[in-house]
Amino acid sequence: MELNSKIPEGPLAEKWSKHKFNVKLVNPSNKRKYDVIVVGSGLAGAAAAASLAELGYNVKCFCFQDSPRRAHSIAAQGGINAAKNYQNDGDSVFRLFYDTIKGGDYRAREANVHRLAEVSVSIIDQCVAQGVPFAREYGGLLANRSFGGAQVSRTFYARGQTGQQLLLGAYSALSRQIETGKVKMYTRTEMLDVVTIDGKARGIVTRNLVTGKIESHAGHAVLLCTGGYGNVFYLSTNAMGSNVTAAWRAHKKGAYFANPCYTQIHPTCIPVSGDHQSKLTLMSESLRNDGRVWVPKNEADAKAIQAGKKTANDIKEEDRDYFLERKYPSFGNLVPRDVASRNAKQMCDEGKGVGKTGLAVYLDFADAIKRDGLKTIEAKYGNLFDMYRQITDENPYEMPMMIYPAVHYTMGGLWVDYNLMTSVPGLYALGEANFSDHGANRLGASALMQGLADGYFVAPYTIGDYLAQMPADKVTTDHPEFKKAEAETKAQIDALLKINGTKTVDEFHRELGKIMWDYCGMARSAEGLQFARKRVQEIRAEFWKNVKVVGANEELNITLEKALRVADFLELGELMIVDALNRNESCGGHFREEYQTEEGEARRDDNNFAYVAAWEYNGKDKDETLNKEPLVFENVKLTQRSYK
Amino acid sequence: MKLTLKIWRQKNANDKGKMVEYKLNHVSEDMSFLEMLDVLNEELLHKGEEPVAFDHDCREGICGMCSLYINGHPHGPLQTTTCQLHMRSFKDGETIYIEPWRAKAFPVVRDLVVDRGAFDRIIQAGGYVSVNTGVTVDANEIPIPREVADLAMDAAQCIGCGACVASCKNASAMLFVSAKVSQLALLPQGKAERKKRVEKMVAQMDSEGFGSCTNTGACEAECPKGISLTNIARMNREYFVAKLTSNNL
Ligand SMILES: Cc1cc2nc3c(=O)[nH]c(=O)nc-3n(C[C@H](O)[C@H](O)[C@H](O)COP(=O)(O)OP(=O)(O)OC[C@H]3O[C@@H](n4cnc5c(N)ncnc54)[C@H](O)[C@@H]3O)c2cc1C
Ligand code: SF4
Ligand code: FES
Repeated sequence: MELNSKIPEGPLAEKWSKHKFNVKLVNPSNKRKYDVIVVGSGLAGAAAAASLAELGYNVKCFCFQDSPRRAHSIAAQGGINAAKNYQNDGDSVFRLFYDTIKGGDYRAREANVHRLAEVSVSIIDQCVAQGVPFAREYGGLLANRSFGGAQVSRTFYARGQTGQQLLLGAYSALSRQIETGKVKMYTRTEMLDVVTIDGKARGIVTRNLVTGKIESHAGHAVLLCTGGYGNVFYLSTNAMGSNVTAAWRAHKKGAYFANPCYTQIHPTCIPVSGDHQSKLTLMSESLRNDGRVWVPKNEADAKAIQAGKKTANDIKEEDRDYFLERKYPSFGNLVPRDVASRNAKQMCDEGKGVGKTGLAVYLDFADAIKRDGLKTIEAKYGNLFDMYRQITDENPYEMPMMIYPAVHYTMGGLWVDYNLMTSVPGLYALGEANFSDHGANRLGASALMQGLADGYFVAPYTIGDYLAQMPADKVTTDHPEFKKAEAETKAQIDALLKINGTKTVDEFHRELGKIMWDYCGMARSAEGLQFARKRVQEIRAEFWKNVKVVGANEELNITLEKALRVADFLELGELMIVDALNRNESCGGHFREEYQTEEGEARRDDNNFAYVAAWEYNGKDKDETLNKEPLVFENVKLTQRSYK
Repeated sequence: MKLTLKIWRQKNANDKGKMVEYKLNHVSEDMSFLEMLDVLNEELLHKGEEPVAFDHDCREGICGMCSLYINGHPHGPLQTTTCQLHMRSFKDGETIYIEPWRAKAFPVVRDLVVDRGAFDRIIQAGGYVSVNTGVTVDANEIPIPREVADLAMDAAQCIGCGACVASCKNASAMLFVSAKVSQLALLPQGKAERKKRVEKMVAQMDSEGFGSCTNTGACEAECPKGISLTNIARMNREYFVAKLTSNNL
């Protein structure tokens, strides 16, 4: 199929305003004739559901948690970017646009990113009006902090709980619409399929997680705001329930999946402590402002530390390798996420890692404490140090912290056009679920911005254009397409319950995660990816023969919930590998060992790979078709990133 | 470590439920409490038994999804969420009692999972500023003194977990409700609706079957986010002023 990104004509800075003027509008009194389904209640979903209801549409909103307030967005710590230029430090919409395009290693669409930078300004106004308690200066005006990948201070924050406060703001707007009856909220409800009629998305099939009831919901448009797929790696910083099911089922119904191999590995997470580990905890990136990253110079010292015979403090200054400072003298410990992560892995691969597992590097605050005093460091990072201590039982004021990279965010996702519509008419994807504006690497504090931009300010406009051109007649859930989708969903559940094998869902998930991490994680090679692809196929085949799911469908069944999600991860995992194999270059979070410079840095290939890879599903176990959307850069010059 | 677990098992809302004993022999001190339950569940699955259902999601102490009444304390012995509690807080050989939140307004769904929908309905009754998307002024046109913003943020940190209700002998939801009322009453954006808000939220709280507050302070002591009792005092003031001067909704 021809991919049409529907980027409006005209100069970059005018595209969005012009487009807003040109789109068709639904007459206010007609809006109540349209039903919109919003799956997800995170920043993207809650913002979209509330805004659409305010406009007058009838909205049904779904989440799998017990309350919309608990969506994974709640966990974001650091902050949200906006080109307000409140600090008068030279920020502008164009600068935010430029930083995001460059940070994404030139693999995002210019027009989308510029729009994101434009609406970022309104997001802050909106959140403040809702009562979001952002940090403030003594004079009462909003405070900002700086974040990686930018030379201006444009990040707004609410202590270390920015995501929580933004989500609670969106949740309050959503709650207000639930009260008015314009939104009907379905909690503990998981979407398991998209229903298309005459090629258009007309509804979804859901499972009630308490009763197991399979139900259909019909509407005029469906918005997927279901978050990212980082949990394909089993261990990640994502919430336990985060999954790809909604996006993946949509993919199987015709929505293209774009750039699945673009995943972000965050450098500062608490290392894995044992096999029991269920998830990884992020330590804010801000720690790299004062912490120095190092490992022992000699493998022997590293071995001694791993064996518990030596501690960090036994290693003399001249025996320490501050490898980021050594390799990147001008950026030092503040190199971007992908560079910092890759280097930590390299040190551990060389046998110089620390901690029991040898899979950790030190983040040392001793010099900062000497320089600024304990009080200052405590004031800056006290809560993070406490959190670290609670989890690891070690005191970071006395011993260097140990950190290791972990999967954090997925830039890939459902392909969408400028209107955020997928390749299935009437089916939209917002927030982390779409292939996003972040290209091959996301800058810190930009995901919250994108989720809220999509939900508050983009989809509510663009969806009107679609609905205005569509008759308001309703389809009912008696339509054969709904019955068919329900029957397929039930059949899949029955199949899982019947297998009664010997391995648990978690065992399969862990196995998949390990393969993905080892071969499709921080560094990838054609050979490794080919091996991994075969392994994933084998694990998937075994899953369908040997997984153990106990209990019945008609009850709250935590094993069945997980099994349905892992079944989809097992399919997605293969597509990620295929995408990584196809992309014969290194860019952002995608590092192919064959494509690096002599100094070991990522080597992009703009002549052959400046495109979005949008994969088209062809049926069970069949190879997917690659559709390419060329990326055209008219406003920025492509350069090789250098942080030396 | 070796542990004996006594866990509340209840098939569904209509089942009577009972405590069931389990033994776990290989628990590491570095595990979180929920990872310890993961280990138990894997063992149960291998035996073909149904795992213990419990709520959780972020496992970072922020989503408010995890619960559990552990040895007589909501979220266990420390002032954190259950997901942030580690096994080093327990002794080898210890017997640990694990129950769901107990409150009329939080009916048990299954095992350790309860229905906290009442909290959502209280927020829906008025826990917001009525502002439509896009109809706002520039953010810096509403300066807010830092001390006020800090107080509002202190209150806004509530994660809606329900430990305050579980800790209270009357199963009162005052701490939770007062946190939201305080946050919005403190901020200029929330002032226009403050009277209506507190009246409607309190009315909803009462209709959900939460008990009344007798100021024992158990909620504050158990709240994992340190939400302070002063919020309850502030809400009481808000409520009396509203009742005295509004149209008594
Ligand atoms: C630890 C951590 C810290 C972060 N910090 C920052 C930060 O400081 N700044 C920043 O900009 N970004 C940060 N991020 C990234 C950012 O938080 C996320 O990308 C963003 O919040 C995603 O929002 P969302 O609305 O797209 O999806 P989510 O918040 O993930 O919401 C997904 C929603 O979809 C629902 N859902 C999913 N599947 C289904 C289904 N099948 N059926 C029904 N419902 C479903 C869920 O219930 C949920 O309501 C952080 C991420 C992590 C993990
Ligand atoms: S007030 Fe504290 S205990 Fe109560 S719901 Fe909020 S965070 Fe939980
Ligand atoms: S699981 Fe989110 S607070 Fe415990």
